Amino acid sequence: MSAVDQPAPNGARAAAIKPIIGFRNISKRWGSMHAVDNVSLDIEPGEFFALLGPSGCGKTTLLRMLAGLEVPTEGHVLIDGQDMSDIPPNKRAVNMVFQSYAVFPHMTVADNVAYGLKIDRVPQSERDNRVQEALDLVQLGHLASRMPDQLSGGQRQRVALARALIKKPKVLLLDEPLSALDAKLREAMRFELSQLQQKVGITFIMVTHDQDEALAIASRIAVMNKGSIAQLGTPSDLYEFPASRFVADFIGSVNMFEGTLISDKPEEATVACPDLSPYVVHVPHSVAGQEESTVWVAIRPEKMSLHKDAETPPAVSKCPAAHNVAKGEIKEISYLGDISIFHVMLANGRLLRISRPNRSRWDQDDFTWGETVWVSWDGSSPVVLQS
Amino acid sequence: MASQKQERRLTFLATALPPIGWVVVFFLAPLAIVWAYSFGQNVSLTEVDISGTFANYARALQPLYLGIFLKSIFIAALTTLLCLIIGFPVALAIVFAEERWRPWLLLLVMLPFWTNLLIRTYALIAVLRTNGFANFTLEWLWDQGSWLMTLVGLEPLGEFTPMQLLYNNFAVVFGLVYVHLPFMVLPLYAALDRIDKSLMEASLDLGAGHLRTLFSIVVPLALPGIISGIIITFVPALGAYLTPDLLGGPDSQMIANVIERQFKRANDWPFGAALSFLLMYATFAVIALRAYLARGKSADGHGI
Amino acid sequence: MAKQRAPLEYNRRWQMRLWLFLVFFFLYAPLMALIAFSFNNSKRNIVWQGFTLDYYRKLFNNDSLMIAFANSLTIAFLATLISLVIGTLAAVLLWRYRFPGKTAVEGAFTLPLVVPEICMGVSMLLFFTRVLPWPNDLTWPFNLGSIVIAHVSFCFPFVALVVRARLASFNKEQEEAARDLGANDWQAFRDVLIPHIRPALIAGGLLAFTLSLDDFVITFFTAGPDTITFPVKVYSMLRFSVTPEVNAASTMLILITVVLMIIMMVMQNRAQKKAKE
Repeated sequence: MSAVDQPAPNGARAAAIKPIIGFRNISKRWGSMHAVDNVSLDIEPGEFFALLGPSGCGKTTLLRMLAGLEVPTEGHVLIDGQDMSDIPPNKRAVNMVFQSYAVFPHMTVADNVAYGLKIDRVPQSERDNRVQEALDLVQLGHLASRMPDQLSGGQRQRVALARALIKKPKVLLLDEPLSALDAKLREAMRFELSQLQQKVGITFIMVTHDQDEALAIASRIAVMNKGSIAQLGTPSDLYEFPASRFVADFIGSVNMFEGTLISDKPEEATVACPDLSPYVVHVPHSVAGQEESTVWVAIRPEKMSLHKDAETPPAVSKCPAAHNVAKGEIKEISYLGDISIFHVMLANGRLLRISRPNRSRWDQDDFTWGETVWVSWDGSSPVVLQS
Repeated sequence: MASQKQERRLTFLATALPPIGWVVVFFLAPLAIVWAYSFGQNVSLTEVDISGTFANYARALQPLYLGIFLKSIFIAALTTLLCLIIGFPVALAIVFAEERWRPWLLLLVMLPFWTNLLIRTYALIAVLRTNGFANFTLEWLWDQGSWLMTLVGLEPLGEFTPMQLLYNNFAVVFGLVYVHLPFMVLPLYAALDRIDKSLMEASLDLGAGHLRTLFSIVVPLALPGIISGIIITFVPALGAYLTPDLLGGPDSQMIANVIERQFKRANDWPFGAALSFLLMYATFAVIALRAYLARGKSADGHGI
Repeated sequence: MAKQRAPLEYNRRWQMRLWLFLVFFFLYAPLMALIAFSFNNSKRNIVWQGFTLDYYRKLFNNDSLMIAFANSLTIAFLATLISLVIGTLAAVLLWRYRFPGKTAVEGAFTLPLVVPEICMGVSMLLFFTRVLPWPNDLTWPFNLGSIVIAHVSFCFPFVALVVRARLASFNKEQEEAARDLGANDWQAFRDVLIPHIRPALIAGGLLAFTLSLDDFVITFFTAGPDTITFPVKVYSMLRFSVTPEVNAASTMLILITVVLMIIMMVMQNRAQKKAKE
């Protein structure tokens, strides 16, 4: 441990940021079920990190192994460089906000928050000060003597937050922190959580199945699927450059076309998709993958535009003619206020989803049900996926 | 709509009369007769004069009977304590057992609970009597020990004298614990099972050890169930008849045995009736105490 | 490899397993010994002398014991039937209606659950000798009437308890729907309520049956010389001497209990599976 405190002899090593959390080839099996399958991951100090995935993908198991509440079948968990294999949860410098908040129902708010300090034998006077401080931090200072059953869900969550933060953990773990709140409160708490994280400067790791939540709060996200990490990156990386069909589909909504890569040159690649025939998809850069192999083209709904019916396809910038277009009929319009979602059916019956902002008060009248339209997209919009 | 009103009234009466009638005629009335008898005195072999005398209660409070009463309470309390100590880890282990094992473990606890009390007591006699299994095992161990002693060059232990395990107070407490253990485990299991596991995890996460978590989180939250278990064990143990009768000696009679003697042998029914009602009052006092302890709290759903 | 046990898996600690094992040994060893030695070819010895079915043969030839056995089963059967009716009505009464004195009635229905057995036995003895002397010369099974009545008095509150717990999950709109479709009170009760509480009726019925079969103390005070039940008979045999014949008889009764328990488990499992679907 002393090596950390001394000036590192090797300049290059000192320059690299030392991860606060390290997962090393972690697996967790229950019988024949692989909950977590050989995951390795580093999390850096000060990050707001999110583990995102559908239910049963292993994200909660990973978090619980970090807290010490589950024991990995294989691999090691490192906290601040130290192997946690033989360290029980009550000796780990991480604290957790549980999904159900797990606020002790037989203790007052103040007693709940003070619980961890009492165990650490912090003297009464210091304890009282720190409890008040922690409660003020989550804006519950005035409710210290209430019992948990007199609190709302949001307030209970704040108690759980204060109770964990008062221990000054190296990392705060949040298991689906917002899932039990109603929609309005959830929105407000997202903002508060990231404010709180900046204020206390502790690494936060959050587990969530809600992609909006992860995109809104996290500085970095690991998308998990079936026990493995499908993609690791910043929110915009994941949204704009998904690495697989799973990630493209799980984060945001997407129009996906199966097709064949027909040409792949350094400045241009083309994919023929049966759904879009006779037109082809053109991208102004090369893609990974062999010619004639099966690939998938993913295009986000807001990156497509609608055009009134005309004899010839609309011109698309930076694209040769008859590329990146499709013709169809509007089957459904969902007016959502800020945007409208159009469902356009192609000649072969395939439905496309296109979203369009309502910039003026009359934008929603531009297109009507049953109208025949052209759909087009910019050459830089599609993502070509191998898997 | 008189006819509909009449129909409703008929339905209500058809629902209400049979159970209320039954409980009044075949339960409350017999108890009332016992109560009345407790204020009476024998005038001839078969006749009792209900004269309103308190002589029977006065006699019941004499040191001899008061002593038996206090002893019954002590034995029942000791039984309850032992059941709690033995049963709590069992309930905890079942709560945390794997899903597929849990019904079977519960079945294992419940099966003796359903088995005939007389048979279970009889089974204990075979274990505890002078030439029973317990002494048989002890003798075997004694012989092995003796053999070991000669092996290391010491004098053998001498002749084994069987221990007197039956017909004493030890046998009564042993038997009562044996019989009442399931009464304790089941409510404890129900109470522990309802505790949100994440509360215990939160306690561990905040730095508490297992013992600390047990005493500051699990026990307070399971307290209604623990109290239920204590009552459910204590009440029948206090009124136990068969166990002290079959396993106890002359000095280990409990209150129920004294009551039985008044009715079946001594033929002093008024005095037996007075003792019965004292036992009932003691039982009700315990139950009232529980209600008092649980006041203000919402119903926990598994009271008695 | 480090330890494989999560912190809350108390059941995987060896101390806990040892404790469980010891407790189950404590609960079961005497019963197992009792069953095993009903097949032991020896009158007194506790050493295994070889397998025999002699004591079962003797048991079936022991008329008074077999009569006691038949009496016990008959009483349990009749007491269960009556308890089911009375108990269900009591549960429905408390669940559906509000009426003056309801708290008192509720208390009266739960009283038999807490009154000590010995007190109840004594009260039945007084009642059936001084108030309602039960004629001795009635033909079977009417001579068992006093015992059946006493058993119903302590069994029906258990049925009421189980049925009432089940009624709590009943959606009253179902009954209103039945009424809306033209059913009268009785038809709605029969077609909607009874099917809903059927699992509770089965559980309560089995409970009443085992309680009645199990009872010694209350029967001890109500039974006459011609109306001996199995536990009372075994008790007198025990007082007299301990023979393997009693072991054999006990084994039979344990077997009946186990079979009833298994039926209950299977029924419950089936009900749970149905509920999941």
